[in-house]
Amino acid sequence: MKIAIASGKGGTGKTTVAVNLAAIAQLNGKRSVYVDCDVEEPNGHIFLKPEIDSQQTVTNPVPVIDDEKCDSCGECGKICHFNAIAVILDSVLVFPELCHGCGGCFHACPKGAITESPREVGKIEAGRSYQVEASGKEGIGFIHGILNLNEAMAVPVIRAVRKMIPESEWVVIDAPPGTSCSMVATVRDADYVLLVTEPTPFGLHDLELAYRTVRDLDITAGVVVNRAGTGDSGVGEFCAREGIEILAEIPESREIAEIYSRGSVIINEDEGFASIMAELMKKVEKRIMAEQR
Amino acid sequence: MKELVIISGKGGTGKTSIAASFAHLAGNLVTADCDVDAANLHLVMSPVVRRATGFSGGKTAVLDQGMCSGCGKCLELCRYDAVSEEDGIYKIDKTACEGCGVCAYFCPVKAIDMVDDENGEWYVSDTAYGPMVHARLNAGGENSGKLVTLVRGQARRIAKDGDFKVILVDGSPGIGCPVIASITGADAILAVTEPSMSGLHDLKRVVGLAGHFGIRVLVAVNKFDINPDMTDKVLEFVKNEQLEMAGRVHYDIDVTLAQVEGKSVVEFSDGRAASDIRELWRNTAESLELEV
Repeated sequence: MKIAIASGKGGTGKTTVAVNLAAIAQLNGKRSVYVDCDVEEPNGHIFLKPEIDSQQTVTNPVPVIDDEKCDSCGECGKICHFNAIAVILDSVLVFPELCHGCGGCFHACPKGAITESPREVGKIEAGRSYQVEASGKEGIGFIHGILNLNEAMAVPVIRAVRKMIPESEWVVIDAPPGTSCSMVATVRDADYVLLVTEPTPFGLHDLELAYRTVRDLDITAGVVVNRAGTGDSGVGEFCAREGIEILAEIPESREIAEIYSRGSVIINEDEGFASIMAELMKKVEKRIMAEQR
Repeated sequence: MKELVIISGKGGTGKTSIAASFAHLAGNLVTADCDVDAANLHLVMSPVVRRATGFSGGKTAVLDQGMCSGCGKCLELCRYDAVSEEDGIYKIDKTACEGCGVCAYFCPVKAIDMVDDENGEWYVSDTAYGPMVHARLNAGGENSGKLVTLVRGQARRIAKDGDFKVILVDGSPGIGCPVIASITGADAILAVTEPSMSGLHDLKRVVGLAGHFGIRVLVAVNKFDINPDMTDKVLEFVKNEQLEMAGRVHYDIDVTLAQVEGKSVVEFSDGRAASDIRELWRNTAESLELEV
């Protein structure tokens, strides 16, 4: 089962829910994997402190021009939709940071003057986390992608991370905030999406956007309300109106905020929170089973 | 004219609450909400929209089933897994399409069209504190970086034409295309962080990015009293990196209550956070020599 944790608004508690949902599943005897697709600012490793056992780079294939073969016909510039290659006077200019690696110029060049060369845009690390006591188990599987600094495009790194996700009975995917291409690339083949929000006007506004995005992808979504008890009733009213299920409410708690700020797995230290996560896990499992039937 | 961009790396650290308060305190400036895929500034600035314009940032491949000869060239060439085939019927998944146009270019029967995306809208509005440029990216919209560039460009034009001295930009979380588009060429960044391991981790990435573009960085720690030890670690980082500390803000429920009222914190409250934000603004305006 693949469960994506998304939110629209940043800082609502996606990583908190994702990390602890992976942890509680492990504690309950599942083979659990945590995957961090928030490659611009991956934070799951801060809490899960994984032992990394494999690393690989993510590259984007960018064009390299053979000046001997090139006759400056301009076909490469014509096919490129991203302004990453252009023929100006007699020379071909390549802008690697704009290149999406589609291969268009490479295929279109009538002279065979273009080859592709891998350009590093990020990396992926995988390993296991032993932060949760789970007797007789081999730790929580861990994968995260890291976008290199100064790189604009997160999606190629997210795609590469997704390809590495193993088949497992419980996979929790931490999505980037927002509702744009990075978020879509992360959640699009999930079995279920949990939208984490907070009961405020900002939280509600971005929840509506995120919900619409997920609905357009035809994926079932449920809501987790974090910091419940603060703010207003807008999120509850929206969910009731749209028929979206609220699967869990995490109360506003200074203790939880402090455990989070230290970078610890919260289910290890707060029983109330652990039971909310256990309940959430069971509900998500049931919803996915019902969907698959 | 000076342009200050508020960013954070990590989401939810209080960028927008601080931006709205700054606008109120500045009184007369141009604001731009560049967090286009989760724009919130309009919720606390009561903008009156004067002009709305559609935004199309890219294209999507659309296959005409009637013309398709079933040769499979598109499936072979697409690097984004957007083309699928079942029983000889080819389909393009628009949510996976990158808009590169390779399939359309090579389709031997020209069955594929590249159609303009409707990615969203952008607005020029009036607020009590001067003009505001903001936008709405459609669900799952591509090209948020392009939309950010457009919003910022409009804000600059309005500032120039109206002789405004300050542009205040509310940025998006992360370090990718919308953030890069938000900060390039700006005079300074105010990085708003929070005292947590995640907040510090993400601050470091944002500071690294700003360093690459040679942009001056001021730092503010929001909710600093949640974890004083972590606040010390943030201060240590700021000192070691020779960044400027612009201020710190107490955790205060009034920040949430102001949002519920659709107001900025300083407009709504005289509490601790409001007074901290006033001081943060004084420090920032003084340090950057903002003419307000």
